[in-house]
Amino acid sequence: MKYLDEYRDPEAAKKYLDLIHRTISREWTIMEICGGQTHAIVKYGIDQLLPDQLNFVHGPGCPVCVTPQEMIDKALAIAQLPDVIFTSFGDMLRVPGTDKDLLMVKSEGADVRMLYSPLDAVELARKNPDHEVVFFAVGFETTAPANAMAVNQAYKHHINNFSILSAHVLVPPAIEAILSDEYNQVEGFLAAGHVCTVMGYRQYEPLADRFKVPIVVTGFEPLDIFQGTYMALKQLEEGRYEVENQYARAVKPEGNLPSQELINRIFKVADRSWRGMGEIPQSGLCLRSEYAKFDAEQKFNLDVDLPVRKTECIAGAILRGQKKPLECPAFGTRCTPEHPLGAPMVSSEGACAAYYNYRNFQQKQKSTPL
Amino acid sequence: MSKMTKQNGININCPLPISDYKNILLAHGSGGKLSHDLVRKIFLPRFRNAYLETLQDGATLPYIDQSRLSISTDSFVVDPIFFPGGNIGSLSVHGTLNDIAMCGAQPLYLSVGFIIEEGLPLEDLWQIVLSMESAADEAGVKIVTGDTKVIDRGKCDKIFINTTGIGTIWPNLDIGAHQVEKGDRIIVSGDIARHGIAIMSVREGLEFETTIESDSNSLYDLVNTMRQAGTIHALRDPTRGGLSSALNEIAEAAELGISITENNLPIRDQVQAACEILGLDPLYVANEGKLLAFVPESEAEEILEAMKSHPLGKEAAIIGEVVDDHPRTVVLKSRVGGTRVVDMMTGEQLPRIC
Repeated sequence: MKYLDEYRDPEAAKKYLDLIHRTISREWTIMEICGGQTHAIVKYGIDQLLPDQLNFVHGPGCPVCVTPQEMIDKALAIAQLPDVIFTSFGDMLRVPGTDKDLLMVKSEGADVRMLYSPLDAVELARKNPDHEVVFFAVGFETTAPANAMAVNQAYKHHINNFSILSAHVLVPPAIEAILSDEYNQVEGFLAAGHVCTVMGYRQYEPLADRFKVPIVVTGFEPLDIFQGTYMALKQLEEGRYEVENQYARAVKPEGNLPSQELINRIFKVADRSWRGMGEIPQSGLCLRSEYAKFDAEQKFNLDVDLPVRKTECIAGAILRGQKKPLECPAFGTRCTPEHPLGAPMVSSEGACAAYYNYRNFQQKQKSTPL
Repeated sequence: MSKMTKQNGININCPLPISDYKNILLAHGSGGKLSHDLVRKIFLPRFRNAYLETLQDGATLPYIDQSRLSISTDSFVVDPIFFPGGNIGSLSVHGTLNDIAMCGAQPLYLSVGFIIEEGLPLEDLWQIVLSMESAADEAGVKIVTGDTKVIDRGKCDKIFINTTGIGTIWPNLDIGAHQVEKGDRIIVSGDIARHGIAIMSVREGLEFETTIESDSNSLYDLVNTMRQAGTIHALRDPTRGGLSSALNEIAEAAELGISITENNLPIRDQVQAACEILGLDPLYVANEGKLLAFVPESEAEEILEAMKSHPLGKEAAIIGEVVDDHPRTVVLKSRVGGTRVVDMMTGEQLPRIC
């Protein structure tokens, strides 16, 4: 297929692989930020082709995985209210809250619908004026413009029975939290191409500078990842720490300015709690006060105070790249995609689900404890 | 759905018999006069044969000498009921006939049970019946007995159909997972993932440059061609759960490993593109007119050639082989040379956020 097969070309992949093997002189640990990249790495078996000295760890860039349990509980509480149509992207539906997930409340009679676009939720609200339509607005900077657009549309057309439950998170504060952690071992990053398509990569320059880590903006196809890895490795070997752009076919340094303008008009930066990582200051987006009537948390005045369930899930260590899924004692036994203990086992972009689905968990892979 | 799609592949010159009612009423399932009308005016004229015609409680079938029988049942609840490349009627015939064919049998008879929601347009039922007629005719299969129930509006979604088929197993044919051996080649009869994507693109209102049509088709004639070309160890039609489920079932039952090569999987560009957009893996998407065959290495090329000469096997390809080094596990060699396990799907495939 045009514009896709080119980035999965085995000959070109081999060239980069050879370069990587020739360049590496010692052990390095590189983190790919984005769940889409984790998915591609494990799906195409990319990590198996890389030299043993190159340790790939998987970052927090799966919006499903980092949405905290209390936010899922809020979603469940809203979904179970009468006359509410609760809408969400597909892979949020199976993420466990304290007692249930959205698919379970759907089976009990709640009107839960899977959508591909938040704009469809606005349309649904327009067509169902006697219902409250709520969209579960999760995601990084990638999905923020579409969600902002949905609120903007509802505002413009006075569709007041539409609201969003915002669980938006931002990448740079997460990188900062990982690098500031005393147990951090990550020496280089592949930054998420899609996020940078929206935001550009200027925000990463102070981070690369301050923590002396190379950051390479990288795409999602196998060749992108090979090339991004090579660029990060080359910097590490040469002692450089710069922000480089592998994904130049989609990413401009300044990003997509109209999208950023829209995000800033609708949302403001706020503190946000991440699953497994706790509260990270200034790491999320919430609606500005002018748009408060589209904020589901305020509209439904929720009083959800369920005790956070203690599980064996080590999502925090997984999402910080301090542990790999195979190092979790529950992996593949007490925690499976059928019975997930935590979100990284649910989403196909979650590191645990990717390992479970694409690795035979009985064949224990080489995994170097950090 | 447009009328055009509803009439895909069926005789459009055959109008709905004149009826006093435009929609199905509860009374059409009451057993009274309206039920009688439905059978006389809609079902019998299209499905007519000596066994059905008696309209007894069940069909009395002739002797089937010396043959072992195969029986299979399946229920169809697809939404939407009309989709590009077919409808719930043709699907309900193809689906059960294919299950019979996968047992190495020639399908002969079919029973049909309709569960209809009050209010279904009679015209829709008529179109469904017409396409069932042509699907059964194409396969030389007789619909010999049936049942209709009508239930309150909202208790089911438009129409559900159950079909049960009976067939005779071809002589000297013994196929099943127990026959699968190390070294067997795995052949897929054509491009994968088309039915699931056709359904989903209608459901989600996705539009592509040209319509993606379901591959819904009856496979028994292809199997007949294949069995004459060489030995078949096992057959599966990879419907729900796609290739991954069918391959895992065989690997599990045969206690052997399966190795497939991503580059060899036939898939149409549009279907691949739709999968990329929707965040779906084509290995997990349903097919309704494809089969997977496990055949001895020495006969694989001959069987493949025979398949390619058949209209339903033109794009057949060898996609992998049976191995003994990772029992009960399906492993895929990726385009870039890495490997990964292809596990069975957990629940439904949920599209990814980004």
